[in-house]
Amino acid sequence: MKTVLRRRKVVEILLENRKDLLVVAGLGSTAWDITAAGDSPLNFPLWGAMGNAAMFGLGLALAQPKRRVLVLTGDGEMLMGMGSLATIGVQKPRNLSVVVIDNERYGETGMQATHTAAGVDLAKVAQGCGFKVARRIRIATQLVALRAAIHRSSGPLFAQVKVVAEKIPLVLPPRDGGLLKARFRRALLGEGADLD
Amino acid sequence: MKRIDHTWPDQLYKTLKDAGVRQVGYVPDAGHKRLIELCLADKDMRAVVLSTEAEGMGLAAGAWLGGQRSALLMQSSGVGNCINQLGTVRECRFPLLMLVTMRGQKGEFNPWQVPMGQATPAVLEAMGVVVDEANTAEEIVPAVDAAARIAFGSYQAAAVLISQAVIGIKSFQDQAAR
Repeated sequence: MKTVLRRRKVVEILLENRKDLLVVAGLGSTAWDITAAGDSPLNFPLWGAMGNAAMFGLGLALAQPKRRVLVLTGDGEMLMGMGSLATIGVQKPRNLSVVVIDNERYGETGMQATHTAAGVDLAKVAQGCGFKVARRIRIATQLVALRAAIHRSSGPLFAQVKVVAEKIPLVLPPRDGGLLKARFRRALLGEGADLD
Repeated sequence: MKRIDHTWPDQLYKTLKDAGVRQVGYVPDAGHKRLIELCLADKDMRAVVLSTEAEGMGLAAGAWLGGQRSALLMQSSGVGNCINQLGTVRECRFPLLMLVTMRGQKGEFNPWQVPMGQATPAVLEAMGVVVDEANTAEEIVPAVDAAARIAFGSYQAAAVLISQAVIGIKSFQDQAAR
């Protein structure tokens, strides 16, 4: 089946009317994608920590069980932290979704093929790790249902969204880690967090 | 021979509770067995078994973003798995409290444990972690209490290295003879 979805549009649809959704984005293209959709203090774009985006999501989801948490990351980033899918599968946080924007490439380093280009199926890995829902998505009509599930379903939810491999302009979020941390905590926890 | 105080894991658990720790990530080590059991049994704590110690940095950072304090339990060999992730902890000044039980140290029988065990303090310090060493059972709780204060009070990564002299030396010869 031909891949037709384009990453910026996918992320725009998933973050549309996001309400109080907490968003962590993995190193590289997904950090630029969430910023292109509209920077927010409730975004935590990673500029490092490759392989650990899903674990940021787990710690956050366990600390904030009443909020919905979305981790958006790339296939290369997820492959580096595949064990974290097993760790999440053990904890089973109902409020956590992990969505992999899968272009089958290491996009920041010269578009080299990742393991998913050779058929490694991350949705099946997530299913095997105990995610309640694990989908592979290829068409636009499935994205609206996915967005609804991110806000409502009893997770943990996993989706692997197949997208076109393309080089597109970077849209950069702030890169000062201390700033990103402080603004996220203030927006989520209130100004009292500054004194914690 | 001086008796080793074996109640330190129970005291350590109380120290973590007093410090407000709510999430505890761990890759098991025999030296942390009792403390892990206490954390797992606590309904107000979330003990999270990790597939690699590197996951613990993400867990701790995510917990802090969400307003919770955490601690990580690991063996010294696991410190090597954390190095790049410690860079993110430092850049963002996330508080991080690491309790590391040592291998490859005093009287080690397994030579494969020695390189990482011997390099553990230097590796942590190279990544900007505040390192303290507890060489007797009596030193553990005060060291962890102080590490928790500098971690959560001053937004630092802090590690307490618990000596193999306290944990005991794993004897493969004894186990093989049984």
